[in-house]
Amino acid sequence: MNNNENILIDVRNLRKTFKKKNGEPVHALDGVDNVIHNGEKVVIIGPSGCGKSTFLRCLNCMEDPTAGSIYFDGEDLADMKVDINKHRENIGMVFQQFNLFSNKTVIQNIMLAPVYLKTKKAGGIFAKAEVKKKIKAEVRETAINLLRRIGLEDKANVYPSTLSGGQKQRIAIIRALAMNPKVMLFDEPTSALDPEMVGEVLDLMKELANEGMTMVVVTHEMGFAREVADRIIFMADGKIVEEGAPAEFFENPKEERTKLFLKCVL
Amino acid sequence: MNWQTSFAEFWRIFAEQEGYKVFLVGLGTTMAIATLGLLIGICVGIVIAAIKVLPKYKKVTRVFQKICDFYVAAFRGTPLVVQLLLAYYVIPGIFGISWPAENVCVVVFGLNSGAYVSEIMRSGILSVDPGQMEAGRALGLSYPVTMLKIVIPQAIKNIIPTLGNEYISLVKETSIVSFVTATDIFKSFKEIGDATYEYVVPYLFMALVYIVIVLILTLLVKLLETWLRRSEK
Repeated sequence: MNNNENILIDVRNLRKTFKKKNGEPVHALDGVDNVIHNGEKVVIIGPSGCGKSTFLRCLNCMEDPTAGSIYFDGEDLADMKVDINKHRENIGMVFQQFNLFSNKTVIQNIMLAPVYLKTKKAGGIFAKAEVKKKIKAEVRETAINLLRRIGLEDKANVYPSTLSGGQKQRIAIIRALAMNPKVMLFDEPTSALDPEMVGEVLDLMKELANEGMTMVVVTHEMGFAREVADRIIFMADGKIVEEGAPAEFFENPKEERTKLFLKCVL
Repeated sequence: MNWQTSFAEFWRIFAEQEGYKVFLVGLGTTMAIATLGLLIGICVGIVIAAIKVLPKYKKVTRVFQKICDFYVAAFRGTPLVVQLLLAYYVIPGIFGISWPAENVCVVVFGLNSGAYVSEIMRSGILSVDPGQMEAGRALGLSYPVTMLKIVIPQAIKNIIPTLGNEYISLVKETSIVSFVTATDIFKSFKEIGDATYEYVVPYLFMALVYIVIVLILTLLVKLLETWLRRSEK
């Protein structure tokens, strides 16, 4: 796993500083180094406010890093001159609050970005009508297949407000998949769900993991972390305190801080 | 005062001496100024609101935001009558041009309404869950595209009742356009009163006409809102 060609995301000395209302700086990320390899499943855990969500959100620049660099596809995403939209097409993201577009039906939610971006590459509004039609048909087929996969093809034409939390989150996941991303970022994907719906979302994520998708997951689901992760990262106070394979990490934590946290959550 | 003769007088002018024709012209002018004014106002308002909610990274955005602030302050800080008078009597003199009063009214009502709509629009945009913007951006869509396809449609849906209010107050505010010689509903009834020196009945009728228009508009806004909210059933 450790050869250089396999590196997908290379994070170096990442810092993120927020300013409180009184001007006092808060170091949400205080120098984080990490390398994420192709096909790797990384689970980030830690107490609330430790910077794990900020770290994840910096990976696709939903938060602009204050300092440091994030190499992806040979470019530094932290550099403001880089066209971040181009890279975000390859980085899928799933949010705690699902964030399905509430003015679009399920199928429109899935199709919107791929159709728009593919049409844009084919010439935007100047693209030929048949080209546009072909793109739309292709994306629709992908979308229907994805919906069929999660057993929700009958929901294609309804609005998100009629769906349950678990259905919304699974659709949010396939909406990201429709872009055919190289990596999927999950920001506490099950935290806003009713307990009986957590399982269906985790099952879908496990399926993705088995298919070899590269995944970075922030979660409180320790069972999922133990089962799926190749590597666990434990963060506290904006730093990576400890990382390792799940068996080793859960059975033999080395740091005091980690032991304390695990005692609380397990 | 004798109601019967007052009403007979009014009716004589209104129905028999073709007063209703003036009224219809006035009705047309009022609705045209209010409707076109609102449309211009929505366009101006969306542009200003979109500039105002931009992240403040770049200097050029901050400059544009200052210009928008000034625009809103100028149009909200002076009475509409003053703006009308300036646009009709002062500005054409400076540039040596003259244009019809109705056109002046449409432009002034549009620009004025733009200042108010921009604030309505801004609150509408801010009322949309920030997660919607994040989700669009995370998929690789740019800020303007996400704004246009996701955020603004939802914002408009949220502000339809308030925009309806704006339309209704525009309709009523048009009653000042006779200051710059345009003939609206108010002017048409005033002319009937002038002809008979009897104002009570014409002005009561005028009030009735305004109420009927407003009630119809309220109903239309409600229908539009129900239609737009079909995605939330």
